Amino acid sequence: MLRFILKRLLHGLAVLWVVATLTFVLMHVTPGGPFDRERRLPPEVLANIAAKYHLDEPLIKQYGRYLRELVQGDLGPSYKYVDRNVADIVRDTLPVSTALGLMSLAFALLISFPAALFAAYYHNSWVDRGSMFLATLGISVPHFILGALLIWIFSVQLGWFQAGRWGQVTSVVLPTITLGAAPAAYLSHLLRSTLLETLGEDFIRTARAKGLRETVVILKHALRNSLIPTLTVLGPLVAALITGSFVIEYVFAVPGMGRFFITAVTDRDYPMIMGVTLIYTALLVSANFLVDLFYSVLDPRIKAY
Amino acid sequence: MESSERIRRFWNSLGQQRIALWSLTFILVVSLSGFLAPLLAPYSPGGFEEKRILEGPTRHHWMGTDQLGRDLFSRVLYGARVSITVGVGTALMALVIGTLYGLVSGYSGGVVDHFLMRVVDIFYGLPDLLIFILLSLVLGRNIAGVLIALGLVTWVRFARIVRGQVLQAKELIYVEGARAMGATRLRIVTRHILPNILGPILVTLTFSIPAAILAESTLSFMGLGINDPYNEWGTSWGTLAQDGWRAMRSYPHILFFPATSIFVTILAFNFLGSGLRDILDPKGNR
Repeated sequence: MLRFILKRLLHGLAVLWVVATLTFVLMHVTPGGPFDRERRLPPEVLANIAAKYHLDEPLIKQYGRYLRELVQGDLGPSYKYVDRNVADIVRDTLPVSTALGLMSLAFALLISFPAALFAAYYHNSWVDRGSMFLATLGISVPHFILGALLIWIFSVQLGWFQAGRWGQVTSVVLPTITLGAAPAAYLSHLLRSTLLETLGEDFIRTARAKGLRETVVILKHALRNSLIPTLTVLGPLVAALITGSFVIEYVFAVPGMGRFFITAVTDRDYPMIMGVTLIYTALLVSANFLVDLFYSVLDPRIKAY
Repeated sequence: MESSERIRRFWNSLGQQRIALWSLTFILVVSLSGFLAPLLAPYSPGGFEEKRILEGPTRHHWMGTDQLGRDLFSRVLYGARVSITVGVGTALMALVIGTLYGLVSGYSGGVVDHFLMRVVDIFYGLPDLLIFILLSLVLGRNIAGVLIALGLVTWVRFARIVRGQVLQAKELIYVEGARAMGATRLRIVTRHILPNILGPILVTLTFSIPAAILAESTLSFMGLGINDPYNEWGTSWGTLAQDGWRAMRSYPHILFFPATSIFVTILAFNFLGSGLRDILDPKGNR
């Protein structure tokens, strides 16, 4: 077990290092720089700026400095927001993105479990077909289209919820639903098909033959034995929530990390771009790590190596 | 003889998948009208009509006009060309890179395979939308740049699937037979293994196209994708949707038509993909 944990940790660090290097290289080969303005700055000013941010040093030295500071948890200064560094901005915006992600995950679980249970139990009925049709739509609809549609219906036409002004109850509902829709659809699809398989197993027939109540058979025997495939997709699901959150934060003007990333890209605020990329990768790596861990605990037959 | 029989059977079973067949028809119509846009479009996509700004759908302008009085239907037609090009181009590029990679990895086995797969693992652990944004910053925000950037993110999917298939196929009796008869590695891979794993590859290809269309339109919508306003090939559906998004509260039609085009096209590809999977790859569920 310890070996497994160590191995996964090492793999995670390798991923982070690759991403750090990749972003560093990409940012430095990109044509144009953060201080290219329409009106050109005088050369002395540019030289001063370059000296301040160590941009005049040889690349390899900059790379070394970057990695060294990274290990110490310093993500560097922001080129755009002069009085704040990247770590400050991440500290302010990450909780917002995390809250949105967790609420959407909760929404997805709340929707998908009942939907899958009913669909599988009433296999081939209208409940089953209807919810699976909705699920197919939910997987295919792009975030920005669903978001725009919800804003159009519930905000512009009905005036029930606000679009924007993050922080109030009424402004949180629509982004949560938009971000949670695809995971909800995906999970219900997956859980339904595993449940259908499990319901055909012998031990379900035995449980029924023993005279157990249907709810016990379904919830205790069938559901519990169908959870593993659902668990394995939680890693990719977190990834989907992360990438989705960019779009959602853009559409609903949520002050999270994704929105900062987008502005950083248009501003060419390189340390900000690199910092946010690394944080997202770290989140993804740790999510995958936790899922692997959880997975081997839940099913001892699976050898974690 | 035998392969024509297989192809006939394939078309027969596709005929039974009604939704998939309809989707295929839809995709063909959209692609064809996109590529024939210069002949079919009623107006030039860049043609301004100052007196007809932001009109709703009418008999003359089926999808209305935009902020500059351009005919939205014509712009959506040209946009189809962009989206389909990016989708299919990306998927094909990923197919070539990923299949070669997977073949080499799976067939070599041992240390080579182990090393190559660790590389794939690392790529898999990346938030791909982010990497894509970074790559397109370097490669340029035009159709070719976006296509290459997307392809460089997507290929790992093919690599994994092909490698898994090769590992299975390698152990089959006819492959062992070929090896015993002294066939070269290249011949075994191209003549014996590749033809037998075409099904899963085709299914992955079909699912990669809508994924690429989705990624491209999403990024263009946020202003991070294709940004090439003077391109004669057309304006991406995502960029059209971005224009519409800005005016949504007062003129929803400018968003509605590009958004619906994106959604329905993605949906059609997904239906086609599921249909193909049912026919070609019955064991691969998910």
